Amino acid sequence: MVTVLFFAGLRERLGTSRETVPLAAPNTTVSMLVESLRNREGAWSEAFAPGKAWRVAVNQRMADLATPLNAGDEVAFFPPVTGG
Amino acid sequence: MPIVRVQEADFDIGRELDALTRGRTDVGALASFTGLVRAANEGSAVTSMTLEHYPGMTERALEDICREAHSRWQLIDTLVIHRVGPLRPGDRIVLVGVSSAHRGEAFAACEFIMDYLKTRAPFWKREETPAGSRWVEARESDEQAARGWE
Repeated sequence: MVTVLFFAGLRERLGTSRETVPLAAPNTTVSMLVESLRNREGAWSEAFAPGKAWRVAVNQRMADLATPLNAGDEVAFFPPVTGG
Repeated sequence: MPIVRVQEADFDIGRELDALTRGRTDVGALASFTGLVRAANEGSAVTSMTLEHYPGMTERALEDICREAHSRWQLIDTLVIHRVGPLRPGDRIVLVGVSSAHRGEAFAACEFIMDYLKTRAPFWKREETPAGSRWVEARESDEQAARGWE
């Protein structure tokens, strides 16, 4: 299982800030997790459609599609940041 | 040494910068940047904004950015204070302070820290305008500024 967090506009569109997701297989990656989220209904498939701008962090560090995932990881999806 | 704080409360610029140099005689330059809430953005009035962040990652990201600055330049201290929660036009949002022996390092590192903060620290602004509320869109010019340091 991994903990998946959503922030800002992405949290609002998806209507959730946190959930626990089982890992489909060992040796999985962010890419495979994104694929499973994209295959959900409605807002999910739209939010993770190809070409949509979002960022991902794994265990609170910026990550990308190739980043490996392990049981217990904290994965966060969010829009491009706008602080400062 | 990096000093990072994420807080709802306002900060006193003079007191925070003074603390970076008090009792020291090796600081020859102290550069700072302060970001404030503007009353207009993207052509419409902004009556207030709320800053959301990712507790835990935010502090870690800011510390990583400061450590990167220390690795690139000869610095004495780096300071980042970033506010979260509700803010109004004119309010201070962020303070960056950099102390070093000479001004060149301090100026450069201060700009670097802001450029990286803008693209790598997990903060999101939601603006209230007369037409309703909206999430602020990231700017390509900020991405370009950050890439300029690579």
